[in-house]
Amino acid sequence: MSMSTDSQNISWSIVFRIAWRNLWRNHRRSLIMLSAIALGLWGMIWMTALMRGMVDQMIDSSIKTLSGHIQIHAPGYLEDPSIEYLIPPPDESPTLQSLLGSDDVVAWSQRIRVPAVIRSERDVFAVTLVGIDPAKEKGLSFIGDSVTEGDYLTSVDDSKLLVGKKLLERLETRLNRRVVLMSQDPENNIAERGFRIGGMFDTDLEATETGYVFAGLETVRKMLNTGPGVSEVSLLGHDYRELDALLDKTQSAVPDADVKTWIAQDPYMGSMLAVMDGFVLVWFAVIFLALSFGLVNTLLMAVFERTREIGLVQALGMKSTNILYMVLIESVIMLLIGLVAGNILSWLTILPLQDGIDVSSVAAGMEFAGMSSTLLPAVKTFDVVLANLLVLVLGIAASLFPAWRASRKVPIEAITRVWQ
Amino acid sequence: MTNENTNAVKCRQVSKVFSQGELAVNALTDIDLDMAAGEFVCLSGSSGSGKTTLLNMIGGLDVATAGEITVAGKRLDKMRMSELADLRLHHIGFVFQAYNLIPVLSARENVEFVMQLQGIEADQRRKNAMEILEQVGLTGMEDRRPAELSGGQQQRVAVARAIVSKPALILADEPTANLDSENSDKLMTLMRELNSQIGTTFIISTHDEGVMAFAKRLVRLHDGRIVSDETK
Repeated sequence: MSMSTDSQNISWSIVFRIAWRNLWRNHRRSLIMLSAIALGLWGMIWMTALMRGMVDQMIDSSIKTLSGHIQIHAPGYLEDPSIEYLIPPPDESPTLQSLLGSDDVVAWSQRIRVPAVIRSERDVFAVTLVGIDPAKEKGLSFIGDSVTEGDYLTSVDDSKLLVGKKLLERLETRLNRRVVLMSQDPENNIAERGFRIGGMFDTDLEATETGYVFAGLETVRKMLNTGPGVSEVSLLGHDYRELDALLDKTQSAVPDADVKTWIAQDPYMGSMLAVMDGFVLVWFAVIFLALSFGLVNTLLMAVFERTREIGLVQALGMKSTNILYMVLIESVIMLLIGLVAGNILSWLTILPLQDGIDVSSVAAGMEFAGMSSTLLPAVKTFDVVLANLLVLVLGIAASLFPAWRASRKVPIEAITRVWQ
Repeated sequence: MTNENTNAVKCRQVSKVFSQGELAVNALTDIDLDMAAGEFVCLSGSSGSGKTTLLNMIGGLDVATAGEITVAGKRLDKMRMSELADLRLHHIGFVFQAYNLIPVLSARENVEFVMQLQGIEADQRRKNAMEILEQVGLTGMEDRRPAELSGGQQQRVAVARAIVSKPALILADEPTANLDSENSDKLMTLMRELNSQIGTTFIISTHDEGVMAFAKRLVRLHDGRIVSDETK
């Protein structure tokens, strides 16, 4: 008969069986703990989905407000966005044309974008005049889908003007009336032209409705007496978080231009994204901390209650490692069941809200940040995996102490109530 | 299993002192005791005489303050915790006074427990367990949990578990303390039969005269010292 210290390997089947049955000895305590784990995970996923949804909407709003994922400008344009700083149109750059036609780019457009003054018969406001290629803006920026009254532009030569709903109100004018737009040409002469208001666009952001007016690209070129150059090329990649590769390719395609991602152009939104990532971790940590106290307490109570049993199995020859695994497996089973329940609960509560949650009562004050009146929960695989892994890994870590306590019991002390 | 040594247990000048604050209690003093393989020994004495302490130390559950204990040729004071666990697993069977069984396991699973730790195959475990349960008169009760068994039935399961892997030594601490006289006699008869059939060494602590009647050798303890040692 072997007397080697290695002769007793981990007896997984008996350890697992005892752990599983021990879990259900105190139904109420186990169910409370399982509920806590499930609700904790649900809280992590649910709250994160709402926050992600909110930030996603703000970022999406920012990206659709003409920035795209990446923009190409002439050096100096961002500091002084005037007609002096133009870049050649993409069709004059084979490398850029090749990139824009590749699978890396989902959509792109070229624009002329200059400061201007709009004047109706009642009032005058400063705006940004944007000359666009209407077909290319669809799917890229908000303007392609936001015209709610009148007609969208039909071509780059379209001479209609698209004006925001709020601006129309401020100008005290309406569709089909004429307004005058005034800007500067490349020679610093006043460039002026009358436009018929052909369409009204409506967005969630008042600043967008009052800040921009749109006309056909060629129409604006003629008004400003420019050649074929453009103020900017805006392009959309596949993921707003993963732009490094596309940025490198774009910079290589137009090495003399100023190429920036949306984060670089909108540091506020960039920092929102970073804050959100940090918030997710802090939120997870807070919930887990509350969970871990319950978990450790439950296991310590279980170990305390089973002191005599632990002494018994030690007396029968079970080694400390087996006892350690017995408590850990009990914890892992509880964690896994809790996680499954939490994931199902999250799925059941988020699924019916795929069309969004009406937050119009509170969204008005958030419009400046790009929040819409409908909040779409955004469940990210990464967040779900992170929440599950965090609860599982840290849950096991929290269980180590009770498990270690159980495994370090001295047999005679554990069993003493029986023997004496 | 065959007994490898003539002396299954050897105690030399074994003492145990329990400290309670500044007070030292001598539970055992200078115990010299040899038990040969196949003996059926009863340790008797009143409560506090030291018989349970001596059993604990022979089983490697407690450590002597002084002296040497040798079991199956191994000096217990020279062994690590894991080695002591191995010794208990492979050489010693235990029957405790009460709370003998793992509550979440059935009678059969309790009997299989030690074999499972020993790494015996499932089919063999089940076969051995069913045979031994039949031997102790528990056929048909193998799937019952301890809470569904009477005290006597639980003790018989504990005996079945202790003997199923045929250890060289079985230590039983007041095994009949919670049984009526009929069940007590049945259990002791069973242990004597196993001692005769398998040759397992039994060391039983008791203060029950009825149990002592089954002993082949009776060692009496008083205040931690051996006061008599008679072979019948």
